[in-house]
Amino acid sequence: MALSNDEILAGLAELITDETGIAAEEVALEKSFTDDLDIDSISMMTIVVNAEEKFGVTIPDDEVKNLKTVGDAVTFITNAQD
Amino acid sequence: MTATTHPALRQSKGPAHTRILAYGAARGELAVDNDALVGPIDSSDEWIQQRTGIITRMRAEHDTNAIDLAIAAGAEAIATAGIDPALIDLVIVATISNPSQTPSVAAIVSDRVGANPAAAYDINAACAGYAYAVAQADALIRGGAATYALVIGTEKLSDIVDPTDRSISFLLGDGAGAALIGPSEFPGISTTVWGSDGSKSDTIGMTGTLTQFRDGETEWPTLRQEGQTVFRWAVWEMAKVAKRALEEAGVEASDLAAFIPHQANMRIIDQFAKQLKLPDTVKIARDIETTGNTSAASIPLASHRLLKENPELSGGLALQIGFGAGLVFGAQVVVLP
Repeated sequence: MALSNDEILAGLAELITDETGIAAEEVALEKSFTDDLDIDSISMMTIVVNAEEKFGVTIPDDEVKNLKTVGDAVTFITNAQD
Repeated sequence: MTATTHPALRQSKGPAHTRILAYGAARGELAVDNDALVGPIDSSDEWIQQRTGIITRMRAEHDTNAIDLAIAAGAEAIATAGIDPALIDLVIVATISNPSQTPSVAAIVSDRVGANPAAAYDINAACAGYAYAVAQADALIRGGAATYALVIGTEKLSDIVDPTDRSISFLLGDGAGAALIGPSEFPGISTTVWGSDGSKSDTIGMTGTLTQFRDGETEWPTLRQEGQTVFRWAVWEMAKVAKRALEEAGVEASDLAAFIPHQANMRIIDQFAKQLKLPDTVKIARDIETTGNTSAASIPLASHRLLKENPELSGGLALQIGFGAGLVFGAQVVVLP
């Protein structure tokens, strides 16, 4: 069964905390990975790979650059689940 | 069945086992710190350290080339092994930095270290070049085509960097690492797991060709990479290759004394070690911190330093893996000399 947006956001926040130490409550849909959360490209890729495993989706390299905000990632994962 | 009408040919057969007898190392003469590079990339020492783990990288003087570095490293490996260089009948140099297309670096190095007329040739497998060369030396000795092989990874990458490039240039250093390989009483080099994926050839490479440069169609060609794509491949795909290399060798991660990956980036090394679930007892080579990424030279340079700083590792098993432009990869387990 597909996860809800809230569940995906919570799961993503957990992965971001694991990789960067950023508190989960800081991770909100409108936050930019680079500008707001200060996540560099290497950490971003680690989060992407872990998200693929956690949510059972594929996030191609070419797609990663389009994931500017946490909301972009949640939307992508939601659609990729279908 | 047709009867054989020609005399039976004699085919070569060598010793059952090989091992690395000694290492040699030569780094560029100049320690280049991050502050010296941050201007053109609008960056900082902290930015570079956080993303790469590099504090300084060693670069060669203008008049020092990849051949000079290779000769110095090769000579040290021979001297340390205590082998008469006249007994060396194979010299393989892994490099992408030959100052000219031909002659090969290997032929010149062979002569300069006293191994003339050894068979000598260069290979281009970028950052996997040393692992490829070790695979070849091992196979050629066991096949009876050679007795002692000098394997060298040498690079002068500072000639192909762009000071304004934020993808790879600031990682790169110059150096050469050598290994002398010979017959052994025990298995000292495991089966190599190697391969390539040319479908990703555009993820690491040059900005142009020399003929384009000649015709004024491009600036001096320099190295570039697609960092995120390479990072994903270098960690998660290469972790699978490393695990296969352990399986092929018939050993477990807990049997290792050391892990010596290509010194691409400290973040790759750290994530790689995490994926392999290496026990704390395994010493991880981190030569990149003060040498930088030296492509084909990085594994033997890191091996040389690891043994200098931890002589107790001698006789232990090391998993080494190279990966880079091609894309290409090669991994094997070796007994440290």
